[in-house]
Amino acid sequence: MKRCIAVGTILLGITVVLAGCNGGSGSPFAAEEQNQTEEQAQQVNYPNGVVKVFNWGEYIDESLIQQFEDEYGIQVIYDTFTTNEEMYPKIAANPSLYDVICPSDYMIEKMIENNLVQEIDWDQIPNIKNMDETCMRRVEDFDPGNKYTVPYTWGTVGILYNTKMVTTPIDSWSVLWDETYENNIIMQDSVRDAFMVALKLLGYSCNSTNENELHEAMELLKEQKPLVKAYAIDEVRDKMINNAAALGVIYSGEYLYCHEENEDLAYAVPKEGSNLWFDGWVITSEAKSVENAHKWLDFLCTADAAYANFEYITYATPNDAAKEMIDPEYLNDPGVFATEERMDKCEIYKYLGSEMEDTYYELWKQVKAPEVSIFGWKPFGEKE
Amino acid sequence: MEKSRKLLAAPYLIWMIAFTVIPLLMIVYYGLIDRNGSFTWENVMAMVRPEHLGALFLSLQLSVVCTIVCLLLSYPLAMILRGKGVNQSSFIVFIFILPMWMNFLLRTYAWLNLLDDGGIIHTICERFGLPTVSLIGTNAAIILGMVYNFLPFMVLPLYNALMKIDENIINAAKDLGANNIQVFFRIILPLSFPGIVSGITMVFVPSLTTFVVSDLLGARKIMLIGNIIEQEFSTADNWYLGSGLSLVLMIFILISMAMLNHYDKNGEGTSF
Repeated sequence: MKRCIAVGTILLGITVVLAGCNGGSGSPFAAEEQNQTEEQAQQVNYPNGVVKVFNWGEYIDESLIQQFEDEYGIQVIYDTFTTNEEMYPKIAANPSLYDVICPSDYMIEKMIENNLVQEIDWDQIPNIKNMDETCMRRVEDFDPGNKYTVPYTWGTVGILYNTKMVTTPIDSWSVLWDETYENNIIMQDSVRDAFMVALKLLGYSCNSTNENELHEAMELLKEQKPLVKAYAIDEVRDKMINNAAALGVIYSGEYLYCHEENEDLAYAVPKEGSNLWFDGWVITSEAKSVENAHKWLDFLCTADAAYANFEYITYATPNDAAKEMIDPEYLNDPGVFATEERMDKCEIYKYLGSEMEDTYYELWKQVKAPEVSIFGWKPFGEKE
Repeated sequence: MEKSRKLLAAPYLIWMIAFTVIPLLMIVYYGLIDRNGSFTWENVMAMVRPEHLGALFLSLQLSVVCTIVCLLLSYPLAMILRGKGVNQSSFIVFIFILPMWMNFLLRTYAWLNLLDDGGIIHTICERFGLPTVSLIGTNAAIILGMVYNFLPFMVLPLYNALMKIDENIINAAKDLGANNIQVFFRIILPLSFPGIVSGITMVFVPSLTTFVVSDLLGARKIMLIGNIIEQEFSTADNWYLGSGLSLVLMIFILISMAMLNHYDKNGEGTSF
C-alpha cells in the first residue's frame, strides 16, 4: 500500500510539472512547430538562399548580418573561431563546410598552397575600389597577384602598457625581460607571436627557419618564463583593463577598446620591429554558394559596412572610403593606424611549411612544459 | 526469453561500439602512424622526451597530492555521515552532489573569478587591508581546483562502503574487548577498503588527465600532460603525436583500473 502511495505521489508530481510546462513557455513540441513555421517563413524571407560565414569571435558588427539578410534576401549562417590553427583542420577536412572565411595572412598562404581557397571574381566585387592601394600591394606579400583575398583588417603586434605601472620608457621588446616587471607581464600564447618577439629582439626575421636562431629564441623565451604572469590570447585585453599586469603583448586592434575602457593603457610598437598582419576574407575551394559569397564580400567592402565594423571592433580598416568617415583623432593615432614608416619596420608572417610548423611548435612546447622533476629532484636538471 | 534479453542490450552495445570502441581503435591507429601514413613507434616513444616526461611527472605528482587530500577530507566526513541517521546523512550527501549538477567548466571559471588578481577574494582582502596572495598560475591553484571538482567522486564510494558495514560486526568486536582504535583499524578500515580503492581510482584518473583545470587556474603557465595532448590535437594539428601520447597515458589508467578490479571484485564501492 505504501508503495502505491509513493508511486501515486511521483506520478502526480510529474503531471503537475508537465502541466506547468504546458501552461508556461510552451512544450518542446510547440517549439518545434514554431521552428517549422519559421523555416517556411525563411523560404519567403530569403529567396536567394544562404551564405555560410566563418569568422573570428567578436569580429563583426552583428547588426550588419541582419542588414545583409534584409538587403540581399540571403540567410547568413554565421559561426566563429578563436585561432587560425583551430579553424584550419575543420576546413582541411571539409572545404565545403563554409563559403567564406576570414583567416590571417600566413594561414591564407597555407590555404592557397593546399588548394583550399578559390580565386575571386573581382567583377562581382565592384566595391573593392574602396580599398587602399598600398594595402592591396602589401597583401601581395602572401597573395601574389591579389587573387584570393579581400582585406578586412590590419595592424601590428606590440606592447600594451599601463602608464601608471611602468617606470621605464617602453620602446623595446627587452622590457619583457626586465626583472622589475616580474609577475607583471602577460605574454601571447600563440606560437608565432611568441617567437616573433624573441626573434625580433635577437635581430632575426620573424620568419626564420634557421635552427640555431630558433634555438636561441627558445632559450630566450625560457628565460622569460619566470617573469611571466600568464600566457593568454583573448584574455590579454581583459587582464590589462583590470590592471592585472603592467605589460601585455597584444594586437594593435585591441588597443582602442582597451584605451576606452582604461585610460592608463597605451600601446607601443618596439623599435626592433614587429609583425604586420592582415586578416582577409577568402572563398573556400568547394564553397556551395559562390555567388552569395561574392555578395557578402562586396557588402563588407562598402564604406558604411567597413565604418560600422571599425566602430564596433576598433581594428584598423584598409577601406579608404570608410576612413573618410572616421574621426581624425583615431586616424592619426599611430596605435590604431600605424604609420607607413612603422609598417616598413614590420614583417608579415610567411607560411613556413608543415615541417617548420612542427619545429616551431616543438620548441614552444619546450618553453612551456615543466622541467622533469620528481618531488623536487631533477634527474635531467643542471647540477649546481 | 534469452533472445529478447540480448536484444535489450543492443542499444547499449551500439553506443559502446560507436563512441568507445571505434574512437579507441582510431587513437591506436593514429598513434602508430606518422604524417605520411607509415607505421612508426615514434609517437609512443616521444613520451620519454624531456618536455613530455616533465609534464607527465608533474601531472602524476599533482594527481597523487589531489587524491591524498581528497581521501583525507572524505574519510572523516564519511565516518561522520555513518554516525548520523539516514535522513540527515542523505541530506548532507545531497548537498555534496548538488554542485555536480552545475557544469564543470562553470565551476572552474568560478574559481578563476574568486582567486584571480582583481578577483573577488583579492578585492575583499584589499579593501580590509589584508595581505593578498596571487594563487592563479601556481600548482596550489590547480590542486585546489581538482580537489573541489573531484571530491564527490571520493565521498560517495567511501560513504557507500561505510554504510554497508554491519553494525553487528562492530558490536561483536566491542563485546570481545576491542577499543575504538582497534575497531577502526581492524574492522572498519579493512571493510571499507573497496570503497577507498574505488574512490582513489575515481579521483586519480580524471585528475591525471585533466587539462581544463590547469588551463584556467594555471594561467597557461603550467602544462600538464593533458594540456600537451590537447594542444597536439587543437593548435599543433598533430593528431599522430597526440594519439601516441594518449596511448601511453592509457597505460596508467589501465593500471588503476586493474587495481580497482583486484580489490573491489564485487563493485561495491563503485555503486552510486
